[in-house]
Amino acid sequence: MRLKLKFLILLIALCAAVVFGLIKGAVNIPLANLLFNEHRVIFNLRLLRVIAAILAGGGLAVSGIALQAILRNPLAEPYLLGTSSGAGLAAVSAVIAGVSRVYLPLAAFLGAIASIIIVYNLARERGAIADESLILSGVVISVAFSSLIVFLVSLFGNEAMHEMNWWLWGSLQVYDYKLLLLVAFPILLGICAVYLFAQDLNAISLGEEEAMHLGIDVQNVKKIVILITAVITASLICICGIIGFVGLIVPHMMRLIVGPNHKVLIPATCLAAAIFMIFCDLLSRTFFSPIEVPIGVITAIIGAPVFIFLLKKGKRAL
Amino acid sequence: MSALLRIKNLTGGYHSEDVIRNLSLDVNRGDFLIIIGPNGSGKTTLLRLLTRALTPRQGEVLYENKIIAQMELKEFCRKAAFVSQDISTSFSFTVMELVLMGRIPHLKRLQSESKKDIEMALEKLALTGTLNLKNKRIDELSAGDRQRVVIARALAQEPELLFLDEPTAHLDIGHQVQALDLLKRLNREDSLTIVMIMHDLNLASAYSGRMVLLDKGEIFKAGSPEEVLTYQNIETVYKTVVLVNSNPVTGKPNVVLVPKGKQ
Repeated sequence: MRLKLKFLILLIALCAAVVFGLIKGAVNIPLANLLFNEHRVIFNLRLLRVIAAILAGGGLAVSGIALQAILRNPLAEPYLLGTSSGAGLAAVSAVIAGVSRVYLPLAAFLGAIASIIIVYNLARERGAIADESLILSGVVISVAFSSLIVFLVSLFGNEAMHEMNWWLWGSLQVYDYKLLLLVAFPILLGICAVYLFAQDLNAISLGEEEAMHLGIDVQNVKKIVILITAVITASLICICGIIGFVGLIVPHMMRLIVGPNHKVLIPATCLAAAIFMIFCDLLSRTFFSPIEVPIGVITAIIGAPVFIFLLKKGKRAL
Repeated sequence: MSALLRIKNLTGGYHSEDVIRNLSLDVNRGDFLIIIGPNGSGKTTLLRLLTRALTPRQGEVLYENKIIAQMELKEFCRKAAFVSQDISTSFSFTVMELVLMGRIPHLKRLQSESKKDIEMALEKLALTGTLNLKNKRIDELSAGDRQRVVIARALAQEPELLFLDEPTAHLDIGHQVQALDLLKRLNREDSLTIVMIMHDLNLASAYSGRMVLLDKGEIFKAGSPEEVLTYQNIETVYKTVVLVNSNPVTGKPNVVLVPKGKQ
């Protein structure tokens, strides 16, 4: 029953975080005043950011957990399969080609999906996906695409550079609520879909043959789960660029708190990651206000030391 | 009576290399069958072929006259369970969570464990003497306790047939005997059929009903411990000089090593 208490605390913390996310900012506005007409615009903008933060937190956390389980590697992260550089390359190419800004999220989405298709096919051998091949192909494609990005930026200069920064370090500044609704759909669906595989992920995290001996069609589950995480991360990259460390740190911390059972870990980590993202977004827009620090910088500044601490302290739980 | 598991002209291994060659064997309901043989003789490969972890290149394995490769995987896992040497994981599940995974073959995708599944898991923990460990994390356990928990998980699958790959390899003699006594009891009282790989010839002799001696992917000799564990068979297959006398308590064959200098 202690588990119920932990979930209750997480839920209360999430509600508190949402309220903070709405009232705090470059100007602090009390909750009651936010609903008045004069502050309506600010309220709407902040609400979109909070929703984006929740989606990003949940999506990144679940993608991280799923990949960590199927690769049996607690260090796997959502962008492992080259999505980040694929999306970046497509976006930069689109900017250089003079494509309207409106289509940039679409370009990023397609770039991310394309990179996963390439990585996946590179790693496939006799219909099975070898873990090491998957990780290595992901690294190779990331490096190759990143170098292409730098090449394009050095040829075409400033305009592309500006776009690059945005993709590389992420932002939860969402102007277009239609786009947010559009990506919310696949992200939420993806999170629920991964949850349906919770017990499969438990078994696979013990080893592929162990899972097979428990009646799990390991190769199919792996393919489906990789596909789902691809859709989640690609959708997220569309609206908020690349936000590192969240998919790595939060699952790891929650494993220490609620244990590795995915039936509990997935919902707990979704809540915790949403809280974490709202908090980081708040820091990103208030710390040096009116300048906004990219959120990826905040998550890295908080994430790296936490990660080192956990690594040193909790070798056993890694 | 037809065999529970019938192996017909089985050939298979890794990539192009056949480790098991044209092997045929029947396992009957209620058997306590121990597979012995030197390193590289194909024991583990044979077990992987029998548990669907590998696909045979030729021949077939039949479970109650059904080709195992054509059975639904979950159905097969409700009939036959597998216990490996040891489990290693970077994720520290609790003992209870691990044993509940044994219920996977009995559950549909959206179905979560019912009261019955939890009772089944607790019953198997009690049966293997690990009930007091149920809230411990598996990486906190000793090798002996962990092995008993893994056996409990396999039993939670409610199998008729249990495959074990050297389950006692990492255990001291006390825990070895404890684990084997448990298996013997399950074999006798619940008529659980057991197919097990072992290295220790004397333990194999003491516990098995039937033995199979593998050599280079083929059956060198199959039969009772008395028929298999002769000094001629062992010297031929293991290339080692031994004496075989009989265990004064059980009357079963007892293999004594003879070091080179003393021959």
